[in-house]
Amino acid sequence: MNKELTTTATPGASGQRAKLPAWESIRRFNTLFILLTLVICSSLFSADFLTGPNVSNVSRQVAGVGIMSMGMLLVVLTGGIDLSVGSVTALSSVTTALLIPHVGMSLAIAGGLLSGIVCGAVSGALIAFYRLSPFVVTLATMTVARGIALIISKGAPILVSEEAQPLLDFGRDTLLSIPQPTAMMLIVFAIGAVFLGLTRAGRIVRAIGSNEEAVRLSGVSIVFYTLLTYVVCGALSALAGVVSVARSGVGAPSVGVGDELTVIAAVVIGGASLSGGRGTVLNTLVGVLVLGIIANIMNLTSVPGYHQQVVMGVIIVVAILAQRGSGGAR
Amino acid sequence: MNSLLSLQGVSKRFGGVKALTNVNFDVRAGEVHALVGENGAGKSTLMKIIAGNHLPDGGTIQLAGEAARFRNPHDALTRGIALIHQETALALHLSVAENVMLCHLPRFIHWKQLYEHASSIIKGLGFDIDPAAPVSSLTTAHRQIVEIAKALSLDVKLLVLDEPTASLAPSDTERLLGIVRDLRARGVGVVYISHRLHEIFEIADRVTVLKDGQTVATVAPEDINMDSLIRMMVGRPLSALFPKRKNGSIGDVVLNVDGLSRRGAVDNVSFAVHAGEVIGLGGLIGAGRTELVRLIFGADRSDSGRVEIDGKAVTPRNTVDGVRAGIGLVPEDRKSQGTVLSMPIRINSTMARLSDVTNLFGGLRVAHERQTVGQLMQNLRIKARDMDADVSTLSGGNQQKVVLAKWFHAKGKVIILDEPTRGVDVGAKAEIYNLINTLAAEGKAIIVVSSDHHELMGLCDRILVMGGGRLRGQLHPDEYSEERIVAMSLGLTLGTAAELPVTA
Repeated sequence: MNKELTTTATPGASGQRAKLPAWESIRRFNTLFILLTLVICSSLFSADFLTGPNVSNVSRQVAGVGIMSMGMLLVVLTGGIDLSVGSVTALSSVTTALLIPHVGMSLAIAGGLLSGIVCGAVSGALIAFYRLSPFVVTLATMTVARGIALIISKGAPILVSEEAQPLLDFGRDTLLSIPQPTAMMLIVFAIGAVFLGLTRAGRIVRAIGSNEEAVRLSGVSIVFYTLLTYVVCGALSALAGVVSVARSGVGAPSVGVGDELTVIAAVVIGGASLSGGRGTVLNTLVGVLVLGIIANIMNLTSVPGYHQQVVMGVIIVVAILAQRGSGGAR
Repeated sequence: MNSLLSLQGVSKRFGGVKALTNVNFDVRAGEVHALVGENGAGKSTLMKIIAGNHLPDGGTIQLAGEAARFRNPHDALTRGIALIHQETALALHLSVAENVMLCHLPRFIHWKQLYEHASSIIKGLGFDIDPAAPVSSLTTAHRQIVEIAKALSLDVKLLVLDEPTASLAPSDTERLLGIVRDLRARGVGVVYISHRLHEIFEIADRVTVLKDGQTVATVAPEDINMDSLIRMMVGRPLSALFPKRKNGSIGDVVLNVDGLSRRGAVDNVSFAVHAGEVIGLGGLIGAGRTELVRLIFGADRSDSGRVEIDGKAVTPRNTVDGVRAGIGLVPEDRKSQGTVLSMPIRINSTMARLSDVTNLFGGLRVAHERQTVGQLMQNLRIKARDMDADVSTLSGGNQQKVVLAKWFHAKGKVIILDEPTRGVDVGAKAEIYNLINTLAAEGKAIIVVSSDHHELMGLCDRILVMGGGRLRGQLHPDEYSEERIVAMSLGLTLGTAAELPVTA
């Protein structure tokens, strides 16, 4: 009875909803606007900010977090979350560095990526088959992956040997004057955009986050696609680990501590909803850049390290509020 | 005798829908006043007005002779009116005692006192439940008791019971009726809502029948019998909503359901549906109809039994199997189950057969999809800005047509529609009936679940009636009447119902 009445009362509500497309474009504009404001302010604060070397440096620094953010976006779109991205990065970097002397560079990289895929598959299977909470499952994966990274590396960074010179070059060289790790991040985002916009699997991932039950009742395997997003997220986190090896020349078990929070912040600043269904590739990239620029400008203006954390937290909240528009945009 | 609570000329609208029109209802102290009516007759709305969930648009409420206005359920509760819902509203992880005493927990809890106090109230009802046990560990029957005890922990003058026995076993039902009698003896006024009419005859002092939001009559149970009560609940002429189908030929058996069961929901149901046939599943809410069709489709898993399509066993274990076997389900609630509201019509319409709009590499063939969806929107007359409009922007009728479009596109052999016209305006209703007939004419096997009996009688070639999770019987068009459907679902013998004059 009550159900009937609430459904008949919807014409009013749907009239309100009709304005959404306009809202949506303002929101999209908002995120870019935040980035633009940030760039302008930063260049006023520091003359070094808009110089070639600094821009190149910032873009290189955000590559790892950027690659992880693409994976996280997929997971968040389905309404899940993956807290293990930072630990998986460490596991992959250690695995890669350890394997290089034994199996050569290419296979070592493959091994590193595989370690991430396994982590993602385990998390994904527990979440998809047993319907456990993504937060709890990936919290466990996060601890386990970090632990394994510490065990196999015996807690110390592993220096990458000479035979992996191409990998080290990849960390330093540029492609059309773009640092190669940055180029890789952009390629990942481009593939992500194509996946979400133009493929069947991408469409289903977005739909699951909006209304899982409706998708399930259309005869789509929720289990498969949920598993898929965690596997991809694990693989991309592992790729970020390989990039970190290339940049630093070591595989370190301490790499990526706290990165999961940066990555989630980037995705959220990009306008994604943690309850799923909302979020775009371009805006996630903007979120990554916003966080990278904030960190960079604080370094350039020599804000002390402890203060940086506070400022970062405040700016994240401000950015999300601005991105939401003046409240009520839920 | 003076009325404890009295409603005079109460009306309530929701949007354009009149839920109650000029209803009079009163309860005396120490009386059990039963409220009966079909699904959607306005019982719930009336109950919610009494309990303060809704404010009436018109009419007056008097409590003990004084005009009253309940702003919210708490307001009503503090004046001694408690509502006990069909599904209990308890804090599952708290203890029995905390739940019972929830409305007046002290700032600092003295556990021993709390347990003793709660225990004494429960014992007063003739039950012995451990006050320290979490509510989640209790059976449905005991939860019901906790809820009643919670109401009694306050100084309740009027208790509203909404389908209290719907989920109880017969022995528990007897004990509950005992409690109601006991409360009556203590001078509490009880409003008793139930589909189980024999309980009404057993316990009620007066019965008020609601139909289409209006009071039909208030009578004493001694003055009427079961048959006349059912007639009061249903009798009205068939509306001329239903487009008569050109006599499509009925073909071979397409869907065969054999002994399908799921514990506590569906009990050993068997039937067959032929190509081009529209069958209806009738019965009151809670009869197990939605549960049955979900089993057939694979939305829930069956414990035993099989489903065959064209003679081949398919028995879906999940929805992927169901859709692959050629079954489509238009679910009960289109907003939460039928559509992805925040996505466009285009994406929703092709969701059940994405292979049609995907190339070999998993890429979407958007141009082909646009053409397909454009054609669907034309055929189903979906009115929208364009195919990229979000489903949330559409009217209820058009949203439901999008769900239908999905199954038109999926090209299944069996289409199941659960409450296809709930919350849909009259014009769209007729269009949806037409679409169902179109599907039947194409040779699909159709199952329609509906609580609107007129809809079933106007649309279906046969009506299977369910009650208590079982198939209670089958009606052919020359036997159709609301009385028979209701009587059959309630488990009364067909003979009793057959003696009634047929209105349809």
